[in-house]
Amino acid sequence: MSRYILQRILYAIPIAFGVSVVCFSLVYLAPGDPLQTVLPPDATAETIEIVKKAYGFDKPLPIQFLIWLGKVVTGDFGMSIATRRPVLDEIIMALSNTGMLAMFAIPTAFTIGFLMGLLAGCFPGKWIDRGVTGTAVFGVSLPNYWLAIVMVIIFAVELSWLPATGMGPKGSAEFSIWRWSDTQFLVLPVITLSMIPIGIISRTTRAAIAEMRNQDFVQTLRAKGLSEFAVIRHVIKNALPGVLAVMGLQFGYLLGGSILVETVFTWPGSGFLLSKAIINRDVPVLQGTILTLAIAFVMTNLIIDLLQSMIDPRIRRG
Amino acid sequence: MSQTATLPASPETFEDQAAPETRIRSYWQSVGYRLRHDKMTLFFGSIVLLIVLAAVFAPLLAPFDPYKESIIGRLKPIGWRNHTLGTDELGRDMLTRLLYGGRVSLLMGIVPVIFATCIGGMLGVMAGFMGGRVNTGIMRTMDVFYAFPSVLLAVAISGAMGGGMMNGMLALTLVFIPPMCRVAETATTQVRSLDFIEAARATGAGTFVIVRHHVLGNVLGPVFIYASSLVSVSILLASGLSFLGLGVRPPTADWGLMLSTLRQSIYVVPFVCALPGVAIFVTSICFNLVSDGLRAAMDVRM
Repeated sequence: MSRYILQRILYAIPIAFGVSVVCFSLVYLAPGDPLQTVLPPDATAETIEIVKKAYGFDKPLPIQFLIWLGKVVTGDFGMSIATRRPVLDEIIMALSNTGMLAMFAIPTAFTIGFLMGLLAGCFPGKWIDRGVTGTAVFGVSLPNYWLAIVMVIIFAVELSWLPATGMGPKGSAEFSIWRWSDTQFLVLPVITLSMIPIGIISRTTRAAIAEMRNQDFVQTLRAKGLSEFAVIRHVIKNALPGVLAVMGLQFGYLLGGSILVETVFTWPGSGFLLSKAIINRDVPVLQGTILTLAIAFVMTNLIIDLLQSMIDPRIRRG
Repeated sequence: MSQTATLPASPETFEDQAAPETRIRSYWQSVGYRLRHDKMTLFFGSIVLLIVLAAVFAPLLAPFDPYKESIIGRLKPIGWRNHTLGTDELGRDMLTRLLYGGRVSLLMGIVPVIFATCIGGMLGVMAGFMGGRVNTGIMRTMDVFYAFPSVLLAVAISGAMGGGMMNGMLALTLVFIPPMCRVAETATTQVRSLDFIEAARATGAGTFVIVRHHVLGNVLGPVFIYASSLVSVSILLASGLSFLGLGVRPPTADWGLMLSTLRQSIYVVPFVCALPGVAIFVTSICFNLVSDGLRAAMDVRM
């Protein structure tokens, strides 16, 4: 087991390295001089010289990359062009807000999606199965930013039950999840964000459960006289690794999909930060946020892989 | 006289007798048969066709000029005067702009998939067929791109390049190459070790001939099905990019961009503001269901 864990971690290192290469090259994808890209347009000649030295813009690309990587590892992502604040501060603030959304959206999406898939998989062909499969197709094809707008139209404009956008008058500094006056701002973004993962997870779970129920071992368990509940327990255990893998991917979807949803709700998270960075052509913030989110995604998938191998020993042998 | 007329027909009648009722269908015939009897897929396929035709013939169908603004006719509700679907924030006719918007949205949804299928498919076949170092090199590079959630990668690339329709399509192509490559690689690896490839090699067939005649036929099915399922994803992502301001520039009509500019007006004409999203959603779901139907008809497992 420990050998497998080590192997998986060693495998994640080159991926993380590749991810940082891609993020590094984003500055060079931008049209024009890369130095101009990371500096505000009105920077003085003095600042330009300092930054040029600090980032080694006069040195060959691989050296530049290593300098950049060294800085990133110590948490120096450069300065935001728009706000002139360190990118790291902006990211930490934004991530904590996105984390708050994810903290509610992930359990909601995973439990509802899994339960729906489980029910559908246990009654294949019945109305509940058709209902779940239909909902899943809807969920997969739904543009979540449009869903966000529709949610705002229904619950904020027409019914005025919930606030439309933002985080409340006090902002993120004094936001408390224990006060309804604050929490109500979470409701619509969380529902919107969890809708698509619910569709995808219920679809996968349904397929996995339905397939497992046709396996011979299920017949054996029944023949042995196990109750239906105990049989389902075995089926779930066998179907879980595949479902977990999809959940890991959906976590990444939540990170990525939050760009559009947070923009609609003007929720000051990492997605909103990204969309602001795009509007302001703020490449350092863009680069830093993408790198952080991608690394978080790599880590999640690593953890999911390890979880899978804990549930199903066949994975770590194969 | 009568004899000469019947003689040439006799072999056919003989054949008919030899194969009663159970006519053996070729693969494509049976795919066609299954598709013709799949009412759902036919229905959604015809909607897809209608949407594509509506976009192509937008100039003929549209009742107004998509760029004609009107100060007094701004943000009018559905059914206002001649504007069946209302007007937008600059007084332009919504129905017209939705028809025109379909052109950009469909183009941005379909073109990247075509390019990614060609490039990713080729890389995948190469990796799968050559194996060894080539495989490791190509597939590990693809793994790096897998480490980005797709929306994030698309936004990162087109955001850094400064937006625009071309950059958006380029970004989406790059996003779809890795999964396409993986599908092609898996299919190729499965075929590569089969006996008939060995047999072809034993008869002296070169690599190109083997790939062309023996591998491609087995890989194209999964690749085609996967590509068809990507169209719906691509339309969603493309309009997402436009929504963030990374697609076409105003005043060009595009569903994502329309959704984004109308967002400020949800308190005035809520239902008009939701319309571009309906277009995206319907298009995406129809492509999705058609792809599911094709997969079932072609009996491709992935």
